[in-house]
Amino acid sequence: MENYLTLFETYDVPAAFWVNIQLSFWAAIWALVLGTVLALFRISPIQSLQWFGAAYVNIFRNTPLTVILAFGFLGLFSVMQISLAENLGSSLFRIAILGLALYHAAFVCEAIRSGVNTVPLGQAEAARAIGLSFLPAARLVILPQAFRGAVAPLGNVLIALIKNSTVAAAGSVATESSSLMKTMIEFRSDLVIPIFFTFALGFVILVIPIGLLTTWASRKLAVAR
Amino acid sequence: MTSEAQPTTPASSATPLVSLRNVNKHFGELHVLRDINLEVTRGEVVVVIGPSGSGKSTLCRAINRLETIDDGEITIDGEVLPAEGKALAKLRADVGMVFQSFNLFAHKSILENVTLGPIKVKGMKSGEAKELAMSLLKRVGVDNQAQKLPAQLSGGQQQRVAIARALAMKPKVMLFDEPTSALDPEMINEVLDSMVALAKEGMTMIVVTHEMGFARKAADRVVFMADGQIMEEARPEEFFTNPRSERAKDFLGKILAH
Repeated sequence: MENYLTLFETYDVPAAFWVNIQLSFWAAIWALVLGTVLALFRISPIQSLQWFGAAYVNIFRNTPLTVILAFGFLGLFSVMQISLAENLGSSLFRIAILGLALYHAAFVCEAIRSGVNTVPLGQAEAARAIGLSFLPAARLVILPQAFRGAVAPLGNVLIALIKNSTVAAAGSVATESSSLMKTMIEFRSDLVIPIFFTFALGFVILVIPIGLLTTWASRKLAVAR
Repeated sequence: MTSEAQPTTPASSATPLVSLRNVNKHFGELHVLRDINLEVTRGEVVVVIGPSGSGKSTLCRAINRLETIDDGEITIDGEVLPAEGKALAKLRADVGMVFQSFNLFAHKSILENVTLGPIKVKGMKSGEAKELAMSLLKRVGVDNQAQKLPAQLSGGQQQRVAIARALAMKPKVMLFDEPTSALDPEMINEVLDSMVALAKEGMTMIVVTHEMGFARKAADRVVFMADGQIMEEARPEEFFTNPRSERAKDFLGKILAH
C-alpha cells in the first residue's frame, strides 16, 4: 500500500487526467458545432450539401481515430508544417483537439439526426406553412426539439470522446493520462495491476456523472406530445 | 419585389384569389390529381368533400406547396406559386394552413406558437405580436391557456390555437385540411364554431372536411372529388339535395344514411 501511494508522489496523475479533461472539453465543443452544421447539411433541401454531409460522416466515422490523430501529428504537423500555436506542446495539443473534434463530429451529426427523426414531420410542415424558410425553421422549430430528443445519444458520444481522448497519445500529446500510465508501467512494473486499476477508476469517475446527467436530462427535457 | 400592397380595386377582385389550372400529380403509379381546375374568389368559402383517397387533402396541400405538382399552374392572388426558396416562404406566409393533427410547435407555449410567425417572418415587435396573439386567442376562446404547452391542451383547444396561429399571419386565404378528423366528437363543434365565425367575417377559405353540417352552414360552394378528379361543383343545398353525378349520389347515400 505504501509502495502504491509513492506512485502519486513521483507521478502527477491528476495533472495527466486534467489534460484529458481539457482535450475532451474543447473537442466536445468543436464537435458539437461541426456536428450540428453537418446535421443541417444532411437534412437540408440542397442535394450537394446532403451529399457532402453524408460523405463526411462516412469517411470520418469509418476511419480509425488513431489514424486521424497520427495523421495530425505526422502529416499536418511534421510534413506539412502546419502549426496551430507558438510552442510545440500547445500546437500538438490543438492538433489533437482538431482530430478528436473532426472524428466525433460525425457521431454528433448522426446523434442529432436521430433526434431530428423524433420530431414529427408535421412540425416542419407547420413551420413552413407560416412562412419560415429552411434555416429559420430548423433553428426555431426542428433543432430545439431534435436536441432534446438527442440528449441520450449525444451523452454517449461525449462518453466515447472522453475515453477516446487517450488516443491523443498517437498524436504525441505525451502529457495525457494513457501516456503517463505507460511511463508508470515501464518504471514500476511491480505495480502494473494497481496502475491499470488507477487509470480505469479515474475514467469511470469522470464518465459516470455524465451518464447520470444525460439520463436525467433526457427525461427532464423530453418534449411532451 | 414588383408588387406593392394594393387596395382592392375592381381589377384585383376580378382575378381569382386562388386558381388551379390543369394541375396533375402522381404518387408513383397513382394519379392523385387529374387535370384539376378550380378558382376561388375573394371571400368565398369552398368546401372540398369526397371519399378518402380522392385526392382532396393532396389538393389542399398543393395550394401552399407542401405537395409539389407534376404539371399545371397554381396562382395565389395572381402570383404563380414559386418552386422554392424565399419567394415560396413569402407566399406561404399569405396562406394560412390548419392541419388534421394540429401540429402546434410542441416545445413552445401557446402564446409563442402564435407569436412566432409574426415576429420571425414579419418582423413584428414582440409586444405588438403578443397583443395580436392574445386577441386572436381570445377570439377562439383559449386566451386563458396562453402560458401552457400544447400537450396540456385538449385536441379541440389545440386546433383552435392552430387557427389563431394561422390567422396571426393575416393570411389572404385559409386552408383547412380535415381540421376535425382527429378530434373527439364532443370537441368538433368548438372548432367548427370558430371556423363558421371566420367564414362570416369574410375570410376566404378552402376546407377539406367530412362535416356536412359545416358545409351547409358556411360554404358558398361544395366541390366533390373522387379518384383525383373534381366530379361536381355546386351550391351546398343543391349538392346535398340534388347531386348530379353517380359518384356523388353514392357517396352521399353512404354518409347520410345514418
